[in-house]
Amino acid sequence: MPESPLAAAKPPVPTLGELFHGFLAIALTGFGGVLPWARIELVEKRRWLSGEQFAGDLALAQFLPGPNIVNLSILIGARFHGPLGAIVCTLGLIGAPVALMIVCGALYSRYSDVVWLRGSLAGLGAAAAGLLISLAAKLALPLLHGRRAPSLVFALITFVAVALARVPLYWVVALLAPVSIAVFWWRAK
Amino acid sequence: MKDDSALSTFLLQLVFLSFVSIGGINAAVPELHRQVVETNRWLSEQQFTDFFAIANAAPGPNLLIVTLIGYQLGGFVGALAATASLCTPTCLLTYFIAHAWERFKDAPLRIAIQAGLVPVTVGLVAATAYLIARTADQNPAAIAISAATAALAYFTRVHPLWAFAAAAALGFAGLV
Repeated sequence: MPESPLAAAKPPVPTLGELFHGFLAIALTGFGGVLPWARIELVEKRRWLSGEQFAGDLALAQFLPGPNIVNLSILIGARFHGPLGAIVCTLGLIGAPVALMIVCGALYSRYSDVVWLRGSLAGLGAAAAGLLISLAAKLALPLLHGRRAPSLVFALITFVAVALARVPLYWVVALLAPVSIAVFWWRAK
Repeated sequence: MKDDSALSTFLLQLVFLSFVSIGGINAAVPELHRQVVETNRWLSEQQFTDFFAIANAAPGPNLLIVTLIGYQLGGFVGALAATASLCTPTCLLTYFIAHAWERFKDAPLRIAIQAGLVPVTVGLVAATAYLIARTADQNPAAIAISAATAALAYFTRVHPLWAFAAAAALGFAGLV
């Protein structure tokens, strides 16, 4: 392959150690959701991916089921170093937080009745609820624009079925998702 | 640590859950809550909300609530096994689908699938917000914290960590 100036300007492929550190950094700076940090770290700081590549990987990570950021770490690790890269990136991403959670779990089972800890957890719980409300609102906002009325109906049915009627998630996904997809498919034509 | 059959049942549930958590783990929280709190009574409402709060306030992905529940059911091994049960199935799926993805990226059906799943995800995240708020917001101070955090996160670019820190401090001072 001939050397193009663009290829020459590309940074070298990150090593496994660098990948591990990169995803560790994402995990440790990512409070309350890690995706925004992933973009800053991978695209802006380390330049392992172009903005376009990141958007493409993110679309796939979000399209597939499971924790989005974990899917993303698999995609990026696999691109550079195959299966080993995927494993290293995922361990970098979840290793330290999981260790921290084990410590938190141990402390919780011992001290969850202590008054000041109960109070702090009550505060954190309320803040977590608030963050979720804003997340739901941000996700719902695009559905309010234009001819998206059916989307809102599907969102509402999902909410009522899952939150109020406590229908198992499997039923909702199996019954509602195909209908919603079919409506989009039909309207796109 | 506690009950082996509870842990193994939970691990199996997580494998299934990982395949229906469309739009991330927040969408799977209502189902997690249904199984862990309502059906099996492994955790109380309060414990579940506490775990959700801890997992959100800590650095790292939101899936850590599963690690905490695993720890509660089976100690150190339970925590690791729960995390692995949730992540491994979809990690494998992602790994093997990555190559095929490029070909289907612009296929109309793929676009319809992605767009069609958005409303379901919105409904699921709203359901999670409802379930957590129901337990967390039982007094005026807590409701005020939730409202302030929601407004801050929705209207400003202030990092939510500040809201978590302020909320924990207020709770620490005995005000929640």
